[in-house]
Amino acid sequence: MTANGYLQVGVFLLLVLALAKPMGWYMARIYEGKNAWLNRLGAPLERLIYRLGGVSSEHEMRWTEYAMAMLVFNFLGVLLLYAIQRLQGYLPLNPQQFGAVGADSAFNTATSFVTNTNWQGYSGETTMSYLTQMTGLAVQNFLSAATGLCVAVALIRGFARHTAATLGNFWADLTRSTLYILLPLSLLLAVVLVGQGVIQNFKPYQSVPLHDPVTYQQPLMNAQGNPLMNAAGDPVNRMVLQKNQLLPMGPVASQEAIKELGTNGGGFFNANSAHPFENPTPLSNFLEMLAVLLLPAALCFTFGEMAGDRRQGWAIFIAMTVLFVAFLGAALYAEQHGNPAFGKLGVDQTASALQAGGNMEGKETRFGIVDSTLFDTITTATSCGAVNSMLDSYTPLGGLMPLWLIQLGEMVFGGVGSGLYTMLAFAMLAVFIAGLMVGRTPEYLGKKIESYEMKTVSLIILITPLLVLVGTAVAVMTAAGRAGTLNPGAHGFSEILYAFSSAANNNGSAFAGLDAGSPFYNIALGIVMQIGRFWPAVATLALAGSLAAQKRVAAGLGTLPTHTPLFIALLVGTVLLVSALTYIPALALGPIAEQLAMSGIH
Amino acid sequence: MLAHLRISLLMLLVFTVITGVLYPLAVTGIAQAVFPRQANGSLIRQHGQVIGSALIGQPFSSPQYFWSRPSATTPFPDNSLASGGSNLGPTNPVLLQQVKARIAALHAADPSQHAPIPVDLVTASGSGLDPDISPAAALYQVPRIARLRHLSEQRVRALVARYTTLRQLGFLGEPRVNVLELNLALDAPGQQ
Repeated sequence: MTANGYLQVGVFLLLVLALAKPMGWYMARIYEGKNAWLNRLGAPLERLIYRLGGVSSEHEMRWTEYAMAMLVFNFLGVLLLYAIQRLQGYLPLNPQQFGAVGADSAFNTATSFVTNTNWQGYSGETTMSYLTQMTGLAVQNFLSAATGLCVAVALIRGFARHTAATLGNFWADLTRSTLYILLPLSLLLAVVLVGQGVIQNFKPYQSVPLHDPVTYQQPLMNAQGNPLMNAAGDPVNRMVLQKNQLLPMGPVASQEAIKELGTNGGGFFNANSAHPFENPTPLSNFLEMLAVLLLPAALCFTFGEMAGDRRQGWAIFIAMTVLFVAFLGAALYAEQHGNPAFGKLGVDQTASALQAGGNMEGKETRFGIVDSTLFDTITTATSCGAVNSMLDSYTPLGGLMPLWLIQLGEMVFGGVGSGLYTMLAFAMLAVFIAGLMVGRTPEYLGKKIESYEMKTVSLIILITPLLVLVGTAVAVMTAAGRAGTLNPGAHGFSEILYAFSSAANNNGSAFAGLDAGSPFYNIALGIVMQIGRFWPAVATLALAGSLAAQKRVAAGLGTLPTHTPLFIALLVGTVLLVSALTYIPALALGPIAEQLAMSGIH
Repeated sequence: MLAHLRISLLMLLVFTVITGVLYPLAVTGIAQAVFPRQANGSLIRQHGQVIGSALIGQPFSSPQYFWSRPSATTPFPDNSLASGGSNLGPTNPVLLQQVKARIAALHAADPSQHAPIPVDLVTASGSGLDPDISPAAALYQVPRIARLRHLSEQRVRALVARYTTLRQLGFLGEPRVNVLELNLALDAPGQQ
């Protein structure tokens, strides 16, 4: 990597740390109801929301009630978003007069945005009206992130409380997450992004003349809409002179901000954050990356603060950072190395002061290799799933890293909320394994990890591999599943494996050559997303309920300290071991096979 | 259950109004007041007519213009209604064929240019709308442009330098040349 590359990554990581710590402290104060300035300023609005919703915010909920409120609220969210998409043709703010979104696609998209996956089986600029984007998709960007925060906070309270029956109030946590954390940050980021060139308007699409018009071949159609054939059986084409471009418009910046801050990732446009109207400059790219990592990283410190032991938060943060840097390094190396097949053709892939070099297929000039790979590693380590470069065209090793990061379970920082609660499940697994080694009852933060806790932890950790591997197996065994791949051979298998990994772990990025718009994938992935989101969330709340009910045990001589380098190493080892045992056979058939084949070409 | 249903519905509506209506309207209001040019697409105007956006690439294929990055959009390159990349994998034979065809086209346009070709000039961008090429890709094309336009290479190189954007804040991103702005400058009356 170039010296400038090290500088960019170093400055970025330092800024994440510098911002995450105060942010984590602020969030702890918000959830504990302590004075944090904004929640005093917004108190009248907060009370108004409770009055309009009929909420008694002081009412404490048991885990079952908390889970039920979350499920019902999210279920209604799916219905509303589905309805908006199906009815957009009759609704206002639709200057391009888009019709209803197809039923299977609308189901997939509604599910996808409510589960914080934000998988894009559609192309935004030719499918969704402005109204659907802002009152449908963007709203769920906020609410799915807030839901994740609620579940994480409930689990933290499980550790912080003892001999307690309840975990807090879902509606209060939801409202505070949105009002005091997501909204102010989004407003700030959106305005800065506009300053960099992200668009924000309600105008119809803008026609622009091409300075150097192009001609292209268009197949002629008969009256039935089938291509016309000549006597030899070849399609008949006509030459078309293209004289203009139609630039899409819309309220992009407001959506872009929460898309990153809420680790949602569903783009306004098909090309997502590679699109110059979503991500016009290296600075906008830097801020978007920062926004993605901010809240998941900050939650580590919120956890330490609320659980009453800051060192515990540091331990989790360091474990995440170690994993992140290792995967990032491998991906950067592979992408900067370029494509060996091009070298023989007289193509210059070396990095210099005048070009980024490396594997530039599917990447933007302004981002080059470092900013592209860093962005996509961040959005797959978290459950964001936004992309500023096309993962399907990454080198096999470069594409393996994002795929494997997703398969780790989205806990290397992870989704807003979901990352922390998944990582804490792994921490309990690590404590349990250590307890087995020395033959003592394991404890974590003064709570005993017994049979019930380990069962819920297993439910959280094992459901996603099951969904990914069974889903992939079904897809490769059916014609409808195989029909979707764009690339031949091992890479085609990677596309399918990636799709199910992304959906089950609620990431939403794709090896986008896969034809994700087919009914098979819309429905299969929609179901996988639902289970992958709500099964672990409910299991986490059950775990939180059980932890909160326990007495706190004082740490004894036999207690494994969970803030030491030894524990961090144990945690990182546990995470890697579980995912390696689960996924290496599948990865060997996809990216690993392709990497070996590519080295063979060389 | 029923109580949850009622509260859920009401809260969903309240948050739809706050985050789905008030928030985007507030951002639009601020954006249009403070950054009207950027908020509306960074459009370039000439004699009052919109002739492009500084952020959205246009296809250039005539030899007397600097060429843009290849674009995988359909049915024509840089179609801003179909943003996206090729999604071709690195070992896909189709990708190799496309790269070979682009190399052949570059050589056909300037048979005397034998330098190694900068990789961004033969690979499709991620958005299909990349407005930029690397300085290396621009300099590679300088001899062709200079010959066809009867300008000195030195003068064309100076023009490339003028339209080169350096790393933002000195370290972010990569140096780049905006192709549309560079070609507009080539066509400006003073250059002929």
